[in-house]
Amino acid sequence: MARPTLSVRDLSIAYRARRGQVQAVRGISFDIERGEALALIGESGSGKTTVGLGLMHLLPATARIVDGSATYHRPANGSDATAREIEVLGLKGDALRRFRWGECAMVFQSALNALNPVLRISEHFADTARAHGYLSASGQSNALRERSMDLLSRVRLDPERVWRSFPHELSGGMRQRVLIALALLLEPQLLILDEPTTALDILTQRSIMDVLKELRSQLGFSMLFISHDLALAAELADRVATMYAGRIIEIGDVRTIFQNPYHPYTIGLIKAVPTLAGDKEDLTSVPGSPPDLIDLPTGCKFHPRCPLADARCRSDEMDQTEAAPGHQVACWRWPDARDVLKSFQVK
Amino acid sequence: MQAIGDFLSGLWRESVKTLKILSRNKMGLFGFILIVLIVLLSFVGPFIWPPETSANVTEINQGASAQHWLGTDFQGQDNLRKIINGGKDIVLIAVITGVLSMLIAVVVGSFSAFVGGWVDSLLMELVNIWLTIPKFPLLAVLATVLALKDVVTLSVLMAVLEWPALARQVRSQVLSLKNRDYVEAAVMLDLGTPRIIFRELLPNMMSFVAISTIFAMTHAIYQQTGLVFLGIVPYSSANWGVMISAAERRGVLFNPQAAWSILAPMAAIVIFQLALVSFARSLDEVFNPRLRTSV
Amino acid sequence: MSEPLITLEHVQRTFDVKGQTITAVNDVNLEIPAGEVLCLVGESGCGKTTTGKMIAGLLPVSYGRILFRGQDIAALAPAERKSYRLGVQMVHQDPYASLNPVQTIADILAAPLQHHRFTRGEAETRKRMRELLEIVDLTPPDDYLDKYPHQLSGGQRQRVSVARALTVNPAFIVADEAVSMVDVSIRISLLKMFTRLKDEMGVGVLLITHDLALAKYFAWEGRIGVMYLGRLVEIGPARQVVGHPQHPYTQVLLSAIPEADPDVTRAKPRIALRSTDVPSLLRLPTGCTFHPRCPAFAGEVCAREVPALKRAGWGSDVACHLAQAHEP
Repeated sequence: MARPTLSVRDLSIAYRARRGQVQAVRGISFDIERGEALALIGESGSGKTTVGLGLMHLLPATARIVDGSATYHRPANGSDATAREIEVLGLKGDALRRFRWGECAMVFQSALNALNPVLRISEHFADTARAHGYLSASGQSNALRERSMDLLSRVRLDPERVWRSFPHELSGGMRQRVLIALALLLEPQLLILDEPTTALDILTQRSIMDVLKELRSQLGFSMLFISHDLALAAELADRVATMYAGRIIEIGDVRTIFQNPYHPYTIGLIKAVPTLAGDKEDLTSVPGSPPDLIDLPTGCKFHPRCPLADARCRSDEMDQTEAAPGHQVACWRWPDARDVLKSFQVK
Repeated sequence: MQAIGDFLSGLWRESVKTLKILSRNKMGLFGFILIVLIVLLSFVGPFIWPPETSANVTEINQGASAQHWLGTDFQGQDNLRKIINGGKDIVLIAVITGVLSMLIAVVVGSFSAFVGGWVDSLLMELVNIWLTIPKFPLLAVLATVLALKDVVTLSVLMAVLEWPALARQVRSQVLSLKNRDYVEAAVMLDLGTPRIIFRELLPNMMSFVAISTIFAMTHAIYQQTGLVFLGIVPYSSANWGVMISAAERRGVLFNPQAAWSILAPMAAIVIFQLALVSFARSLDEVFNPRLRTSV
Repeated sequence: MSEPLITLEHVQRTFDVKGQTITAVNDVNLEIPAGEVLCLVGESGCGKTTTGKMIAGLLPVSYGRILFRGQDIAALAPAERKSYRLGVQMVHQDPYASLNPVQTIADILAAPLQHHRFTRGEAETRKRMRELLEIVDLTPPDDYLDKYPHQLSGGQRQRVSVARALTVNPAFIVADEAVSMVDVSIRISLLKMFTRLKDEMGVGVLLITHDLALAKYFAWEGRIGVMYLGRLVEIGPARQVVGHPQHPYTQVLLSAIPEADPDVTRAKPRIALRSTDVPSLLRLPTGCTFHPRCPAFAGEVCAREVPALKRAGWGSDVACHLAQAHEP
């Protein structure tokens, strides 16, 4: 079997805060296979964004990678005869710069701030290319222009118009599409998207989603998709990982997670999201409030909010276990969680 | 009126808490203790060590010794005793100027922000023009014309010249607070304008007001010292500015032995300023409810 | 039928932005009966929040009238003004900005109770505050009264905001995106709380949201109004608007929204727009403002005439030149 594009093992990240250590990510492991889209879903404070920032070396100064590894693998292909394996967390200087953009690119929520307001879109492409020595030799400027224009039309922008524009002349959705095109300039194998459509309107969000799906089928890159929006994950991801209090508490195929989840938190989350199709559903919230990340509960971090919690849940945290092939869950009560929760109601 | 009463009683209750929080910030506590010491020395000190009335010709321009900790001046009088007796003016000027200019600034600035429209534009235009006038030369001219005799008049004059810059800052603070959701909620609950000002707006501006007042105080000290040093304000009483000016005029700069006479009052001013500034720095923490509740 | 609680008549609101005038809300007509649940949905810039603020009396109208129990809110006698001012309250979007950070929950709730003499004396005020916190599910109430806002989670703060609004016994609450900044896992319980206020206390709720699925869930027994570039383009019973949308914009919106089920969302038919460019409020298209993007564009009439809001079957009112054709 082919090696995964990214293999994360036991990643732990902590922040320093006034009151103590914030354990934002606590020993998570996952693989992203070649060409696969993995969605990290979770609520505020679950650690999902920290994972993305950690992989890109973009953590704030107060954060520290405590432990873990992330191995990136790029197989040999036509233009590049040697396979490459990169230990991501240890990267520094030039190697780090080459990895970012060249191997792995990130698109953030705030498209407005990610573009320099005094540079035209064309200059953004030229600068990115030059910084990475990509198509930047003399005589290659036409090739670069062609490549950029191609990407811009792939994200369904009018390349001629956008090419000469300043960022403020474009709408939020157009800027987000420019960023996606820019991220793909150096043919990265992995695209990390952190809430790429959160600040956008419904119709704009739809066009971004369509563009992403289309690009992925054309270019075949892998995607790590970070979002609190379950519907986006349902539509874009091949596999879904649910995060809670810094851990992946359930991971599996997108259909399994949405239609056959085992973890009480995933079940609760899905039961909390209204849909448009059909009649009014019987929805219910997960009781309680999100945990205090500095002073985490003992045992399973979800136990104070879990209707199934028993003595073991309060004292011990469970590691992931294989509930079905390709479906891992970290819950002591997983075998009967679904049946018990079926009848469960919160006011 | 009740809203104002609540505001004041709340202020008192909070002061006790404030001291507790202050005790956790070393710089702030250091500044606070220094300020208390300087104020005590300046107001109580003169009763214990009254000013010397006559010159001591045998002890002119001496350096520090066990007898005279900070040396003596050109009249042979003890520098330390002079500093103790000269602090009251400085503290009074700082407090009156700082508080008065801030008071005017709060009233004008919030009025301007609240009323808005052409009143706001007009007031801010006047403030802008005012800000272009060089204040120190104007003060110097006014001081000669008005023949200032006492510190209170001088302080009031300085406050009248100082408030416009502060008013601008207050206005922008009020403008940003005025649109907060919780202020809108208070408007919808019809809690009345006094309540909105004293309960919703002012408590959230306290750290800004307090810190700005302190910086206005430090500014006033330098201005006053400068005026005295230039001889524009008459030597009505002994104060640190007068000491520096006298020492300079008596050619002390050329007498290494007598350096104490000029360095001692300078040090007193610097220490007082340092105390004020380090106290001001800690005030942000004092007014932060997150920290208040964890006491 | 009894007199509506709130009536909007040709309500318009303009803003001056850098010397240019934009029309944020244009000719909105709406009747809200007492105790009704209504959702206003639309994308950013559609005027839904401006409409909510005008109903709550936080913004004056530029043209038209808003009536509260039949009286123009811009010209109320002092006694009526007070009954309107307290009768319509608002819950804001951002739980981190809507409570004064330097006041405890007890301070926040006591102020309106005492100011308007709903309660007399410390003991009675505290008793009422406990009741209010119980109504919004913050139990036991004594755990919350002496806390500061920063000691509560986002969901808990929104409940305090609601309790604060309830201190003055309002007839109507405008909830502006009141759950959108709260974690997904606890949104439904907040909506259920609003529903209970309506069922048990008869408080009408206007929920302003960009989330149509949420609107469908919340307004199932009530109505949904869809706004686009300052105009109300469709309004009707929630299940009709979501199940049988009549206006092309509503149809496009519904088809664009992803669903939290991989099979449903991937099989969903999508309606393509004619153009993805969102018109600027500074240069609104002529006629029907949706015509440059409308997939059902029917030519000249759409570009020339602004369609009026008309009954178009299934109990919905629709502002579209083509809507009449859908009459069953």
